[in-house]
Amino acid sequence: MSEWNQSSVDEVPTMGSESQKADETLATGIVLPDGEIPGDDYDETLYEKPENQWLEMWRSLRANRAALVSLIFIILLVLVAVAGPYITPYNPIETEMSNALKPPSAEHWFGTDQLGMDIFSRVIAGTRVSLTVGLLAVSIALTTGIVLGAIAGYAGGWVDTIIMRVMDMMLAIPSILLAITLMAALGKGIDKAVIAIGLVSIPEYARIVRGNILSIKENDYIAAAHVVGLSDARIIFRHVLPNALSVIIVRATLGISSAILDTAALGFLGLGVQPPQPEWGDMLGRARGFIFQAPHTLLYPGMAITATVLAFNLLGDGLRDALDPRARIK
Amino acid sequence: MTTQDTGTIMSSPAGAAALGPLDACGAQPIILDVRGLSTEFVMKRGTVRAVRDVSFTVREGEVLAIVGESGSGKSVAALSAMRLLQSPGRVAAGEVVYRGKDLLSLSAREMRDIRGNHISMIFQEPMTSLNPVFTIEDQLTESIRTHLKLDKKAATARAIEMLRLVGIPSPEKRVKDYPHQMSGGMRQRVMTAMALSCEPDLLIADEPTTALDVTIQAQILALLADLRKKFGMAVILITHDLGVVAESADRVVVMYCGQVVEEACAADLFEQPLHPYTLGLLESIPGMDETESDEPLYMIRGMVPNPLNLPTGCAFAPRCDYRTEQCVREMPPLVERADGRKLRCFVDVTDTAPTPVAGEVAE
Amino acid sequence: MLKYVIKRVFMVIPVMIGVSIIVFSLMRVFSPDPAPIVLGQHATVESMDAWREANGLNDPVVSQYFTYLTGALKGDLGTSYYTKSPVTGEIFARFPATIELALAAIVFATVVGVLLGVVAAVKKNSIFDAVGSLFALVGVSIPIFWLGILFIMFFSGYLHWFPSGGRIDVLLKPAEVTGFYMVDAVIEGNWVAFNNALDHLILPALALGMYSMAIITRMTRSSMLETLGQDYIRTARAKGISETKVIGKHALRPSLIPVTTVIGLQFGSLLGGALLTESVFSWPGIGKFTVDSILKSDFPVVQGIVLLVAVIFVMINLTADLAYASLDPRIKYSSKKER
Repeated sequence: MSEWNQSSVDEVPTMGSESQKADETLATGIVLPDGEIPGDDYDETLYEKPENQWLEMWRSLRANRAALVSLIFIILLVLVAVAGPYITPYNPIETEMSNALKPPSAEHWFGTDQLGMDIFSRVIAGTRVSLTVGLLAVSIALTTGIVLGAIAGYAGGWVDTIIMRVMDMMLAIPSILLAITLMAALGKGIDKAVIAIGLVSIPEYARIVRGNILSIKENDYIAAAHVVGLSDARIIFRHVLPNALSVIIVRATLGISSAILDTAALGFLGLGVQPPQPEWGDMLGRARGFIFQAPHTLLYPGMAITATVLAFNLLGDGLRDALDPRARIK
Repeated sequence: MTTQDTGTIMSSPAGAAALGPLDACGAQPIILDVRGLSTEFVMKRGTVRAVRDVSFTVREGEVLAIVGESGSGKSVAALSAMRLLQSPGRVAAGEVVYRGKDLLSLSAREMRDIRGNHISMIFQEPMTSLNPVFTIEDQLTESIRTHLKLDKKAATARAIEMLRLVGIPSPEKRVKDYPHQMSGGMRQRVMTAMALSCEPDLLIADEPTTALDVTIQAQILALLADLRKKFGMAVILITHDLGVVAESADRVVVMYCGQVVEEACAADLFEQPLHPYTLGLLESIPGMDETESDEPLYMIRGMVPNPLNLPTGCAFAPRCDYRTEQCVREMPPLVERADGRKLRCFVDVTDTAPTPVAGEVAE
Repeated sequence: MLKYVIKRVFMVIPVMIGVSIIVFSLMRVFSPDPAPIVLGQHATVESMDAWREANGLNDPVVSQYFTYLTGALKGDLGTSYYTKSPVTGEIFARFPATIELALAAIVFATVVGVLLGVVAAVKKNSIFDAVGSLFALVGVSIPIFWLGILFIMFFSGYLHWFPSGGRIDVLLKPAEVTGFYMVDAVIEGNWVAFNNALDHLILPALALGMYSMAIITRMTRSSMLETLGQDYIRTARAKGISETKVIGKHALRPSLIPVTTVIGLQFGSLLGGALLTESVFSWPGIGKFTVDSILKSDFPVVQGIVLLVAVIFVMINLTADLAYASLDPRIKYSSKKER
């Protein structure tokens, strides 16, 4: 749970004396009285005011080197995805059968696949697909999940029960299986895949939001806010939402990585993009037969998936650590 | 003291006789001698010296109270002596001599032999100090079997007797319970039973009553006094509550900012405190009849200093009404006086008038 | 405790019904008409109509659902559009293979995962922790099917330690008693067959279990770390018991309780992952069957499989929840009044 954000309550001047008061001051960050006491030079850094939650998060994240590297890598990926067609050395969908299954060389950095297409270009082009699907799927899941969760949390009663039971039912089917079944109903194609993967992730976000809204009714610090006279709306916007937002951001980042994995899985099974469009999973699926004679066709797309997912996972982990208030008091 | 091979508990008449009357405090043989203990916590922001050159003794059968506010280092000192400190804390210097051996230099195995067996400790939070997934029986018999090498049946029988001794009704039934089925007071009794099950010479009680209701507090203190008489063990009672000290302690050690500032027999301390800090503490206790209704309550002015940035010179000087030039410049040493009391102060408060400086307590 | 059990079991029923509705509506209502796919695009309109009539697709949706539901409760999951044989039979013929794979994977994931997690937590910030955590991180990031491919490339193609696919060498197949080759081999006393089946099982089980192992490692690590910070661990040390006992008994037990929930959830992800692994290793289980059926629009089969998998998953989670409740005394004995 997020800290009681002191800046929203009027500063209460306090007389320092026995350390009970000192401890409380330490915890709440209220400014000390300015009665001069010669020889008493208290160190500012221990009694600083709590800062903006987001600034703290940024600082903490910056200290985490792995997360920082991942962030840079992801930004790079985004650039590659956007630049896509302009930076591929070859046309990713141009086949040339005479050039098929050539191992990596100076002309073809990653070699060529079974249809003579340059793998390097296809991997680059595939970046756009994976990132787009990942982002879109998570966006769908997020918005739908937040709305459903909010409704469930506010309305309560049987509306809440019904919505959460439906979420439970969705969770009762393993996500890949559900996604595949949805694809069977919707048909093949990358756009259908986005919807399928998105739908499958909804319950997660719905639960988070609902949980946070329910906490309005239950938490002690929320009760304290009521006592001090803050309205429900203010409580929601200043306290509940920022806290929910931080959890959601972490989950969404990790959600992108699992969306990318799911996309690749669907592609591998032949349910994603349609040939000859490049997609990492699809590339792996089609090259499977050549596992022993042309391993390079399988190595690079797989590494691309792993590296991307790893980056998002590291970033998500870093964000989670950065947003955990306990970790802050080091 | 007791016969361990039968597994039954006998009270020790020898122990009872060893406890002299209050004004003969400090006469018994010393069982624990802490010398120059220093503990620090190495953190990113700097090194916090939580315990600075602390020395005190514990005598056989007595109750030694260690008083201080939160952050004075009293708990850390006890944990250091028991070698229960976890990183980033570490003992930087000193010796803790128990029956001739320095505990800080023992091997891990030898130390384990001491813990729970010769020296036991109970902690502040009874609600969280017992393992929730094991029964009371399980947790009690564990130390009994480890140290006294009894078999399961004998250990359980002893456990039940211990529970009875600490005042838990129907102990043979309660022994099968889980901690969450008991109240805080009950759990603290169980903890006490656990600590005493191997009849240690010394019990360290770290704020045993702080987390409990006032009424339960009284019960637990009475229990400790009773058990002390029965077993003849010594008790280190760590607390911030002077009321508890007045009620239970034979001798008192006052700590401030990681240092011992005063040590005396309890009666002497309350009659005439010698350190300005102790004075301030006693003064802060609101009296029922003395205070006029429009007089502000007394508080020691100022704040406990930042442990990362302790003052040079006397740690209490910034808040002290008796301070001199020397106090701010130099650190007073802990001096043993002719009457046996120890004091860390340059000033004789019985002889000087307090001179509160500007910036005093406002409303 | 009994009340809790009954309550949980009851909660399962509406979820199951809901799942059946979801599956049914996905297949019958939202899917494209299967007739052209099954009969081919050149089939006549009359033959397609006749086929639909014969398969009950012209009846009102609600009655179709009830037929389906009552059939399912009796164990009849319909008939495959293609093979014309009962779905239930088709599924159960292939089921043992998948269960064998999933079980092997979960055992690997749990044993190795818990071990790594405990070591990482106890030796926090040491090299063990760093390596273990890194391993776990890669484990959740690597696609299962690619891992399988890498395993085949390396352990099969390069080192020749293990076969690259299939469940057993055809000639060594033991007499079918349970459908689990290793069990059957033992029953028969055929150790050659047993070894061979084991050889075939290792790579796919490792590939399938890696992701779950990583998750369990992380979960165990954080659970242990939290437990190690608790007061009762300090109490245990103060009693003078050996550090091994402090970790192995006092810290481990409470830490493992939340891990049981995770294991239950991971089983579901394993069932999903089996689809991919079976594809890579040509493992003749229901996974491959599912994918093929979906591509062929053989809806009764897909319906049957998804329903069955969901039922199993729900059951496993129920078991995990009940195990959690029985392991944690605070839940098990919560009905007793506090004195």
